Amino acid sequence: MSVAAIIGAACTNYYELPIETPIKAKLDVGAFQRVLVAGFLAGGTDDVDGNLETTRLLRSQLRTKSELRVIDADVLPLMDVAASDRKADAGTPLPNPIKDDKDLDQYQHVFADAGYWKKVGEEYQQPLIVTGTVMFTSRAQTQMQQREQEVFDTLGRRRTVAERRLVERKGFGLTGRFVFIDGRTGATLHSQNFTESILYDANRQTPALSSYFELMDKLIPNFLATLSSQKIKGTRILLN
Amino acid sequence: MQVRAIFGALLLVGVVAAPAPANERDDAKTQVQFGIRVAQLGLWREALAHWERAVKLDPTYAPAYNNLAIGYEQQGEFEKARNAYEKALELNPNNTYIKQNYELFKEINDRTNK
Repeated sequence: MSVAAIIGAACTNYYELPIETPIKAKLDVGAFQRVLVAGFLAGGTDDVDGNLETTRLLRSQLRTKSELRVIDADVLPLMDVAASDRKADAGTPLPNPIKDDKDLDQYQHVFADAGYWKKVGEEYQQPLIVTGTVMFTSRAQTQMQQREQEVFDTLGRRRTVAERRLVERKGFGLTGRFVFIDGRTGATLHSQNFTESILYDANRQTPALSSYFELMDKLIPNFLATLSSQKIKGTRILLN
Repeated sequence: MQVRAIFGALLLVGVVAAPAPANERDDAKTQVQFGIRVAQLGLWREALAHWERAVKLDPTYAPAYNNLAIGYEQQGEFEKARNAYEKALELNPNNTYIKQNYELFKEINDRTNK
């Protein structure tokens, strides 16, 4: 650092101030008064019902953090809807249950079925419809870990050496997308992909459901930011 | 002769009556300080006006750009905030406060662009 910079820094007064940064909603939902979280195409591990849990969680989040009125309704069986579409097309039967992304891809056509979504919209007074896909899968990974190891030489002097070893880590991954559909027309307004994962020490026993909520916690702010303006609280340093 | 005397007298009066040449940095500092005071009261628009004035007075004063960036951020004007932060860092690349503010800003900005 130059002398001038040191003097400059020494002479600078600073003031830490709280600020609220406004974030505009990504989607203009002004035309809607209600929102229907319809249900999700879900797959992966059997330990968590991705359809039910995601629907419940998003409804409760929207109830407290958005101005839209949340419609309480039965969760739509989207897998069945997609499967019956396929039967009508006389295509091959869809994989059930959904185990991986390849299986899931075969169901994705349901979101493009504007006629179906328009019908759902008519049933619930043309709300904004939230749907999408959720893949919750278990994951395992071997990672290189470095730690300091204490060793003593022949004279009994202590020193530390870096020890690198491979460790087994286990956890879960959550991928998918949120799809926002106009209940008046059945057309997709917006869709956003997400992917999150979490890994723990292999000997740690973490229930799948708590990992699911931990991962959803990371996604929720971005989901809510799509529908409503938000203010992010923080602090900044003003200088003089 | 008379004209010259009058002109000389006017010049003298002018010199005496004119304010001392403004030191841009001091004026900018004053504006920045005013801005901080009103920002502390939550009057961010007012604060922005002072900091905008400060950078006009002294376009080499990094703290003015830093504060201006924060003001824009508070108003949700992200593009202007980014430009002001970048200017502040260009003027004072080693200032840890500016760097820290900019990192926090980028984190929010990236999230909104996801």
